[in-house]
Amino acid sequence: MVKYIIKRLLLALLILFSVSIILYFLVRCMPMDYFDIKFASAISSGNMSEEDVLHIKALYGLDDSSFIGILKGYWSWLSGFLRGDMGQSFIFPDRVEDVIKNKMGISFGISFVSLILELIIAIPLGIKCACNQYGKLDYTATVLCMIGMAFPSFFLGNLLIKWFAVDLGWFDPMSGLVSSNLPQDASFMARMLDMLWHLVLPLTVFVILNIGSIMRYTRTNTLEILNADYIRTARAKGLSEGKVIYKHVFRNTMIPLITMLTFTLPTLFGGAMITEEVFDLPGIGQAAYKALNEGDIPLIMGYNMFIAVLTVVGVLISDIMYAIVDPRVKLA
Amino acid sequence: MENNNEELNSISPENTAAESANGGNFNDNLHGENLTERAKVLSPGKTVAKRFFRSKLSVIGLVMLILLFAISFIGPLFSKWSGNDGKIVDTSTTTTNGMYIELTFTGPDGETYYGYDVSFTHLDYNSLGGVSADHWMGTTIEGYDVFTRLMLGGRVSLTIGFVVVILETMLGILLGGLAGYFGKWVDQLIMRIVDIISCIPTLPIMLILAAVFQSLGIETIARLYYVFLILTLIGWGGVARLVRGQILSLREQEFMLAAKCSGLSTAKKIFKHLLPNIIPQLVVSMTLGLGSVILTEATLGYLGIGAPLGTATWGNIINLASNSRYRNYFPNLWIGAGVCITLAILAFNFVGDGLRDAFDPKMKR
Repeated sequence: MVKYIIKRLLLALLILFSVSIILYFLVRCMPMDYFDIKFASAISSGNMSEEDVLHIKALYGLDDSSFIGILKGYWSWLSGFLRGDMGQSFIFPDRVEDVIKNKMGISFGISFVSLILELIIAIPLGIKCACNQYGKLDYTATVLCMIGMAFPSFFLGNLLIKWFAVDLGWFDPMSGLVSSNLPQDASFMARMLDMLWHLVLPLTVFVILNIGSIMRYTRTNTLEILNADYIRTARAKGLSEGKVIYKHVFRNTMIPLITMLTFTLPTLFGGAMITEEVFDLPGIGQAAYKALNEGDIPLIMGYNMFIAVLTVVGVLISDIMYAIVDPRVKLA
Repeated sequence: MENNNEELNSISPENTAAESANGGNFNDNLHGENLTERAKVLSPGKTVAKRFFRSKLSVIGLVMLILLFAISFIGPLFSKWSGNDGKIVDTSTTTTNGMYIELTFTGPDGETYYGYDVSFTHLDYNSLGGVSADHWMGTTIEGYDVFTRLMLGGRVSLTIGFVVVILETMLGILLGGLAGYFGKWVDQLIMRIVDIISCIPTLPIMLILAAVFQSLGIETIARLYYVFLILTLIGWGGVARLVRGQILSLREQEFMLAAKCSGLSTAKKIFKHLLPNIIPQLVVSMTLGLGSVILTEATLGYLGIGAPLGTATWGNIINLASNSRYRNYFPNLWIGAGVCITLAILAFNFVGDGLRDAFDPKMKR
């Protein structure tokens, strides 16, 4: 087991290294040049010369766009990254690692709450549907879940804002996380309630979009387990149906579910770019989207590497968890 | 419950056919008839089709798809606004847009006055027109007919997926097949590449690529196809994993030993004996992939970096929802596109799921 984990970790390092090379070259190909855009007016008004801008770019290692130049830039980025320094963000006043740290909380909070809500609804529903396969509830839930999965996040988000915030006026049509008219000296409770009020619609979107996959996954696995021999044995020895479902089926359903949940690690910490953009939530996804739009190379690299690390770690944990939860599995 | 009975009923003819094949031999000979004339033999293809059409959801999905395609391709022929990519300005009516600004100013006498500055702009075409008999979904700010553009957009959005999915699958079959068949270092190399590309976050890369192509100055719909061509380079991993996994298990089976013994060439072994066995899974993943390409196109369009602005695609139409004025006051402009995108994805998912169940020999229904 230890040998296996070490082997996987070494492999993960190789993967991350290759990912960072590909990402860096792609990011350097981006047409949005932060410095050109920022200093365009200064150049046209004569306050700065082209050389000044080049000089500033050179400070960040971005002046040379030839292959060798990009390679040099990559080297300086990598040596910083290995020392835990991801560089200075252009559009935010902080270092990249601080931007990620500060913005991650909001994204994680939202994703975590919605994940809990999804699990609370989806797992019992999935088991219930599997127990009454092809029943009325099964059909309704399956169709509704598939409709939820088919929605593009931006369409559902805008639709909900239009209906519930603009037309009905139940929520703040300006989106965001804080009301503009919240008094400065509002108490902590008032602040939290205000934030919750703003989070109702985004959470609804997350739950509607993601509940389908968890519910269907639970349903498929439960169906498989219901056909297993040990369930027949449990029934044959005269256990009540409730005991069969809750003690024998439910616990075995959790095995694949735990593995699947570790795959959600990137979305859990990495935020959702589009949903955060639609609802104007100041999470890490929105920060990354801004960075992509404005050519903030250090932040784009930092964010993408953050997601890549989460993905690699997620896969590794899921494999290990699989062996821990299910003793029949042997890692090789 | 009703549905359960239906399935039982419909499966019974098959059962009786099987019974007569096993036990009814004696009777058959008595009547002097050949067994094959009496027992209905279903080819694998027919069995799959039968199972597919038995599921209500997959039939609904298929009907939805046929309708979407038919409306997109035939609909514009009957619309008088469909020329020039839907960019026909409706000049039959004029538009007057009024707007006012609230003013507060202090007069020379020291009093504060409140007032409105009202201004009108007259346009000689039907701009942002409401829903009418002539324009079923109103008109855009440029005076184009929304419904016609929606139908024209379907042509691009529905078909672009086929290009992507076919290319992705071909790449995936080739590389996954090589990895699975040859194993050893070939397998190691290809699967590590798959690991790497599966770690690259898709959405940021999509945005970067779309921006790169936007800056190249290609202002035709071809740009969208270029972006998607590049996207296949990071999209083949899933297919490759699937193909490799299947080939690894199929490789050890007896029929492959038989193929080896009969001295078949490697190419023949792969393409004649291994690939046909994976086709069901590939068809399913392709169908589901078509839905996800529609979503990708829509996402790029919504973010304003899809097809060149002004081209009619569903993504470009739903882009209007990102403008809060259109979102709040002109839902007729973008809800149609959103519903179409959702329906198309839903339909592809229904059909894909239906196919998966139909192909699965373990499904004893």
